[in-house]
Amino acid sequence: MIQSKGSLRILIVGANSAIATEVARRYAARAARIYLVARRAQALDATAADLRVRGAAEVACAAMDANDVERHRSVLEAAWQMWSGLDVALLAHGVLPDQAHAQQSVDETLSTFDTNARSVIALLTDLANRFEAQAGGTIAVISSPAGDRGRASNYVYGAAKAAVSNFAAGLRHRLFASGVRVVTILPGFVDTPMTANFAKGPLWASPARVARDIVAAIDVGRRVVYTPWFWRWIMLVIKLVPERVFVRTRL
Amino acid sequence: MSATQLVSSWGRLTRAPHTIIPLRERGDVHLARGAPGQAGLPFGNGRSYGDVCLNPAGTLWTTRGLDRFIAFDADVGTIDCEAGVLLREIIEVALPHGWFLPVSPGTQFVTLGGAIANDVHGKNHHRGGTIGEHVESLQLQRTDGSRIACGPVEARDWFCATVGGLGLTGVIVSARLRLKRVPGPWIDVDTRPFASLAEFFRLSQASELDWEHTVAWVDCCGGSQGRRRGLLFRGNHMDQPALSTHARTIRLPVSPPFSLINSLSLRAFNQVYFHLNRMRAGRQIKHYRPFFYPLDNVLEWNRIYGPRGFYQYQCVVPAAVELEATGELLDTISASGTGSFLAVLKTFGDRTPLGLLSFPIKGTTLALDFPNLGDRTLKLFDRLNAVVRNAGGRIYAAKDASMPREMFERGYPRLAEFARYRDPGISSAMSRRLTGS
Repeated sequence: MIQSKGSLRILIVGANSAIATEVARRYAARAARIYLVARRAQALDATAADLRVRGAAEVACAAMDANDVERHRSVLEAAWQMWSGLDVALLAHGVLPDQAHAQQSVDETLSTFDTNARSVIALLTDLANRFEAQAGGTIAVISSPAGDRGRASNYVYGAAKAAVSNFAAGLRHRLFASGVRVVTILPGFVDTPMTANFAKGPLWASPARVARDIVAAIDVGRRVVYTPWFWRWIMLVIKLVPERVFVRTRL
Repeated sequence: MSATQLVSSWGRLTRAPHTIIPLRERGDVHLARGAPGQAGLPFGNGRSYGDVCLNPAGTLWTTRGLDRFIAFDADVGTIDCEAGVLLREIIEVALPHGWFLPVSPGTQFVTLGGAIANDVHGKNHHRGGTIGEHVESLQLQRTDGSRIACGPVEARDWFCATVGGLGLTGVIVSARLRLKRVPGPWIDVDTRPFASLAEFFRLSQASELDWEHTVAWVDCCGGSQGRRRGLLFRGNHMDQPALSTHARTIRLPVSPPFSLINSLSLRAFNQVYFHLNRMRAGRQIKHYRPFFYPLDNVLEWNRIYGPRGFYQYQCVVPAAVELEATGELLDTISASGTGSFLAVLKTFGDRTPLGLLSFPIKGTTLALDFPNLGDRTLKLFDRLNAVVRNAGGRIYAAKDASMPREMFERGYPRLAEFARYRDPGISSAMSRRLTGS
């Protein structure tokens, strides 16, 4: 990874999410320079103040709706110019639709796809070219184990995440030669506002735990990271079940 | 968004369903209730022992999502944060700049809001009083949608009701705390064994002038008629560069099917603890964590008391009768053959706390855990309560799960004044038990 003069420079999109906030706090404790992008400006300001107290060298913010693809270029350009390049970009925004509702609604299904896949792919495309020209740095994107195999219980969400995982894998392949790392992060069940209505069990992890794994993965440039780790094995089993058996299960 | 969950407090005496409504943004605190007419209660990190933080069949507004710092002035030592920030997080942010909590309870795993609502004290009560003395301002959200900014000057009446107000005046959304200058994370500790309560009081009094922190461990087994062994720990913050600390945390992985604390294990523990520390008596340098938070390294240590849970009994008796009353309390406990390894004695200084319901008075406080043995434990508390009542003392609400209402009313004479500031949309298991609503 190229290291700029001064502390690490990181861009976080979806910065108000619980996981992203915890990741940002870890970088703040390392005195990083942090550029936050999220939809709600007021919450963004509160997060920024928190990170300054927690030790961030500098914090800058931009309010942006990720679905406003027209605005991506100007926001990314501002973030890029702020400290003359970036060491890390983390894409952490997303929505979790109610599957039962989404499968009855074309609008809901497509809008999930817009937020979770289309906007992510747009941002990745722009960032990939900037990082490639810089010949270094790490692009990390939060996808989901739900993208590993389509399942009745969450395939609307899962299909969008499958697109993200696949796109990120392609970028990783393309950017390897230029020294840019692409990290695909696959968090399992995380206890966040996004999942507030779910009953929690032993498989659930805290945002802080997931954030620790994310930062560690970015540090060493891992390629595909399940967090917590056991999801790698759960998903391996789920992926191995033959389709003719799988369709008879309830997952 | 809400969900129903089974919630216990730290003492694990009960486990009841609550509607959980997480609070997440200080700019948008909407105190919704699970059902119309249902009362709510703020809930921080759940470290209160008894029922002060419980509201069975009602709503809990959980504040851990309000965990952002707002501002930190490292030059003057004030920190502004949301109420769900843990004391541990404040230490982590402030200590590298040479600042520490002005007052620290026995665990760092409590929220700032909870610490203020219980007006907690620490080993430096004789110097620092309770945490409420160090709060410059706080924001109080009421269920009618209004928000009250209060402090020791501004809206002082609301402030005095809310500090130590057991969460009943509204939800503390954020607060500004004045920190204390320290040279570093180290404590110069002096351990002094004592053989009687009279000796404890002499030692304690002699220590208060030169030592910021004093606290004593007392053996609640055996001893009588003035013989009562224990260890006084006194400490000062000091500058000691670069000693290594290897604090390991362990976790009690499961709840044992019965309490691991019984009269036999207790006697053995206390024997070993006393003699180990007597051999090490004198000066040593300790990191602040083992000094202030000896139990924080054992996560979920409360499971040690088994599935029936435990009570913590903490009372204070006035200085005029502290020797006799403390002796009588300890004799009653040792005669009962129950009690805990950690029995803590501490003298409170002559500082009147701000809060209408704050606990400390000038005198001596005694705190210890008791495994829940049902009636037998409650009968022991009756005997202890009688001693406290005769002495003109009171019980600490933050720890309590059993005191009679009459005892609360007598111990806290400003209760009627406090009632005017209660939020009608807020109620707890404790407030219903001790005030009827």
